[in-house]
Amino acid sequence: MSDGAQKTTPLYDEHVRRGAKMVSFGGWLMPVQYTSIVQEHRAVRNNIGIFDISHMGQLIVSGPAAAGWLNTMLTNNIDKLGLGHGQYTFLLNERGGIIDDLIAYRIGDERFLLVVNASRTEEDFTWLDRHLRLSKEGRSQDRPGGLETGAPWNIDLTSRSAHFGGVAIQGPRVVDLFHALLGDNVDLPPRNHIVDFTLDGMALSIARTGYTGEDGVEVFFRAEDAAKFWNTVLEKGEKLGIKPCGLGARDTLRLEMCYPLNGSDLSPERNPIEAGLGFFVDLTKPKFTGREVLLKMTENGPPQKLAAFRMEGKGPPPRPHYPVFNNGERVGEVTSGTLSPSLNYGIGMAYVSASHAKIGSNIEIEIRGQKFPATIEKKPLYKRS
Amino acid sequence: MNVPDDLLYTETHEWIKREGDNVRVGITDHAQAELTDVVYVELPKMDRQANAGEAIAVVESVKAASDIYAPVKGKVVEVNKALEADPGLINRESFGQGWIFVLKIDNPEDLKQLRDAAAYKKQIS
Repeated sequence: MSDGAQKTTPLYDEHVRRGAKMVSFGGWLMPVQYTSIVQEHRAVRNNIGIFDISHMGQLIVSGPAAAGWLNTMLTNNIDKLGLGHGQYTFLLNERGGIIDDLIAYRIGDERFLLVVNASRTEEDFTWLDRHLRLSKEGRSQDRPGGLETGAPWNIDLTSRSAHFGGVAIQGPRVVDLFHALLGDNVDLPPRNHIVDFTLDGMALSIARTGYTGEDGVEVFFRAEDAAKFWNTVLEKGEKLGIKPCGLGARDTLRLEMCYPLNGSDLSPERNPIEAGLGFFVDLTKPKFTGREVLLKMTENGPPQKLAAFRMEGKGPPPRPHYPVFNNGERVGEVTSGTLSPSLNYGIGMAYVSASHAKIGSNIEIEIRGQKFPATIEKKPLYKRS
Repeated sequence: MNVPDDLLYTETHEWIKREGDNVRVGITDHAQAELTDVVYVELPKMDRQANAGEAIAVVESVKAASDIYAPVKGKVVEVNKALEADPGLINRESFGQGWIFVLKIDNPEDLKQLRDAAAYKKQIS
């Protein structure tokens, strides 16, 4: 953001107090690291780490028609969600391009929580709000005074982002930590489920989700409880080797797992089929925004694919926007790249022509005018040994 | 932050040690702390000529690539090959074994353009 009006999360003072290096990210002033990206990365792979994710948006969609309407707005099938269950899904534009990737949770029979990317929160809300109005207008002309529960005027869309915070707590010792926090007899929800708990007067929604490839949770709470919860977790987790972690480690951890980052690997010019994320698109649904484009691309095959690669031999780590070559011909561009702290070689993802995106294909990454060899690899790049 | 008094400095966080007609160049303790986790160093080519302020080496951390600039005009006469195998030397010994290159300087008068330790300390405080 060039206007200098940086937003801060309810944990800003805690980050500064603990000596985090703060950077601008999608309009937010966020910790990029506390001590070292590599140390924080290893804490999550070996023990446990806590990340501030309060910058992420939290939208609530509720009402008798909410599920039906969300199914026309999002790619995954929301009818598959039982109470307390969440799913990864996409919000697309009419061209099938990705406005946002998000997790939708059913937190009541007719109530959904959408956890969206920080930099897209306003755009998502505006898009959803506009489409909700349009469908309300459309339907009221069709059937003035219609009273059926499926009608779009029975839907309420609100953003609770400003009043809520969140943290991700990730790593193999997360269950031990929550036993220390909530008691030995308390079970964390199963993978992709969300459950409400109360801890010392704080109302917590705990979801068994994450962006690191490790066991972990994402916890949402009221903004005024943020510092208290953060410090409680760090205190209880000390014996387990917990570390506060910044966006730097969040990025290296997710890239080892080939989880996409919106704005880098995903954009309004790319669709989920090209990104290799068709699993989260239900083309059997009769109607959702972007469906026709995705249907056609699934039939014809995408011209480019988001492929994972590793650098071969010694060389600089790959970075976003580096060109990808094959036998002197330019075949793609890097969208994410880093030196993998777990694997200790350069890794990345790139959109590459489909014919060069096969696993095992040799490619070259051009770095400062020089070409370095790389190989297309299977996703994820990192697997727990 | 460690800022030795016997070295000269640039605004871009290089340190400079005079060795007769040559200068030895590295990045400061402050710079390595800002970068953290140096994972790759691209050394300048031997015998290349460089102007003051010209980017001639690259230090990469996990997060980003940073250019390293020639502090004065000169010719590259030595590069620190040890950094190819162990780039972390820059983090561990930024003012010692973590040096990056040696320049044979064209004109010793050019060194007067550089900052002393007091000025650099002020810059980073």
